[in-house]
Amino acid sequence: MPRPEELQHRIEQALPGASAQVQDLTGGGDHFRAEIVSDRFDGLSRIEAHQLVYSIFGAEIGGPIHALSLKTSTPERTTS
Amino acid sequence: MNEPEIRDFLQKAIDDNEVMLFMKGTPDAPACGFSARTAAALSALGARYAALDILPDPRIRQELSVISSWPTIPQLFVEGKFVGGADIVTEMYETGELAELLGVEQPAEEDTPTAPEPMAPQTAPIGLENRLG
Repeated sequence: MPRPEELQHRIEQALPGASAQVQDLTGGGDHFRAEIVSDRFDGLSRIEAHQLVYSIFGAEIGGPIHALSLKTSTPERTTS
Repeated sequence: MNEPEIRDFLQKAIDDNEVMLFMKGTPDAPACGFSARTAAALSALGARYAALDILPDPRIRQELSVISSWPTIPQLFVEGKFVGGADIVTEMYETGELAELLGVEQPAEEDTPTAPEPMAPQTAPIGLENRLG
């Protein structure tokens, strides 16, 4: 069962310089909410930014990670 | 129906319906909070949309994700283009972008202390499940 700290670590490792806050929404270890600030999102649409994060977890999304709700922004401006 | 046929069916649903929502359950009986939130945003705008329940067969979700490159449900398409999932649609609703995209008026919630009853979703469910098996 994935833990929020694990997800946070993996996001921050995959997106160097990013800061991620990950919450377990239900306490059940399968519905998460992540708020991520990274300059890697600069110039990306919301869809592209979210797809970038989803790509870190691949097939785990929809599997062990039932849901990963996202809010993505860049350090300067809020794009999400 | 095999996988390519399911994918063709889904692509046709996307092409034929100006506003197409793929969700878990139906707008009247959503089977997941994220799907409920997304359908509620469309309904709050009084948007006409078609909805398809992906739950009857796991291959629907699998093939839909091939089309959209998006792993989760719900998924909203407008005029054949993928718009996003629950987070993006909710954000776009809050910023007024969704109303703009759909060409409808954003309800002025702050100005109306007694909010009108949300409009009933005008859905055109597609019976994909009837064609499976």
